[in-house]
Amino acid sequence: MEKTYYDPADLKKFGDIKEWEPKLAEKFFDYYNSVFEEGALTAREKALIALAVSHAIQCPYCIDSYTEACIEKGVEEAEMMESVHVAAAIRGGASLAHGVQMMNKAKKILM
Amino acid sequence: MIKEPRLSDPKKQLDFLSNGIFNEEGLLLFKDQLRLLGPNVLNPLKLEIFQVNLGYMCNQTCKHCHVDAGPDRDEIMSRETMQICLDKMEELQVQTVDLTGGAPEMNPHFRWFVEAIIKRGIKEIIVRSNLTIILANPKYHDLPEFFKRNGVRVISSLPFFHASKTDRQRGKGVFDKSIRALQLLNGVGYGSGSLTLDLVYNPGGAFLPGDQGELERDFKKALRKEHGIEFNRLFTLTNLPINRYLEYLVASGNYEDYMTKLVEAFNPSAVTELMCRNSISIDYRGIIYDCDFNQMLEMPIETAAGEHISNLSRSSLEKREIQIGQHCYGCTAGAGSSCQGSLI
Repeated sequence: MEKTYYDPADLKKFGDIKEWEPKLAEKFFDYYNSVFEEGALTAREKALIALAVSHAIQCPYCIDSYTEACIEKGVEEAEMMESVHVAAAIRGGASLAHGVQMMNKAKKILM
Repeated sequence: MIKEPRLSDPKKQLDFLSNGIFNEEGLLLFKDQLRLLGPNVLNPLKLEIFQVNLGYMCNQTCKHCHVDAGPDRDEIMSRETMQICLDKMEELQVQTVDLTGGAPEMNPHFRWFVEAIIKRGIKEIIVRSNLTIILANPKYHDLPEFFKRNGVRVISSLPFFHASKTDRQRGKGVFDKSIRALQLLNGVGYGSGSLTLDLVYNPGGAFLPGDQGELERDFKKALRKEHGIEFNRLFTLTNLPINRYLEYLVASGNYEDYMTKLVEAFNPSAVTELMCRNSISIDYRGIIYDCDFNQMLEMPIETAAGEHISNLSRSSLEKREIQIGQHCYGCTAGAGSSCQGSLI
């Protein structure tokens, strides 16, 4: 077993997933690249969204990649941190919103 | 992390850049990368651009500066060397003369040289102005008028459209002074109409520049909205691993990652567009290089006629072999990089 679950060098090997299943991998990478092209949203806006999502899903590879992508695209530190707060707010909010479910259940079964 | 406290000697830099990860990690040397593309991919084309470095003196001391320029540098081109440059640019019928430094305006013969270039019938004169020089001393306050009167194209560095990133790279207070200088240039007509004002962006750290078009759009929007500034084009430049920037990369532990990134981003189609093919760079002594970066690494051109401007001939230039090193990866990464922005 590896000493750590995550190795920064593995990010460069992402494309290697093609080795065991090329067709699906190619479809995924085509899709992935298309998603990040400039469209209704700018590439800069997409990088910032990706940075927030990276934090929400806690992917260290994605955090490295999209921190750098944001900086390359001229995103400022305060904007990046605000995007992380958006991720945190949604994650925190999602937990808290389930408090209503808890309350509903509790109210139902309590006298 | 590599520990190499002093890399100011160009020979040490070249040695450093040719070893380490280029041996241990198996990264391809630039010459081997070119060899894979076939013969003569980097042969010289017709000479079009004369880039003349008027000296390494500068009123700023930027952290990324590949020239190592600053107020304490006293290497300055003499009027005699300028005279030889004038004769050669006319003889060789160059299209563009690109004046750089340091702060080229600090050369005492700068204005005389600009006017003399015009008299030689050169189509385009570029001055790479750091902007703050315009405000540095009353004797420079009329530079915008001088540039206008002589139809000079101004290209100026502005690493970002906000103060924090600009000042971090170029020194405290540089952003505010740069904005004031840009407003003065706009005031005499630069940035619109026939007077061209271009800006240069280079990354303020160990990363590559983003898309030139997108950054230009962001710069234009922010500078117009916040300061009422207009400019023509934004050029994105990649920082090359030499002098102060190389020291920064090593000291910050970014050297290996940055070089690996440059090598992995090698773009074969940028090679044919490289500016070393149609330009030369001349130092304050009149010695010729394939580019300004080679000048700083003290890698002069190799021709049968020698390396000094006084012996320059078109035939010897066109037969030369362009001098390369690992730093050249900086100009071939991604969309490519040159003194006039991305190549592709």
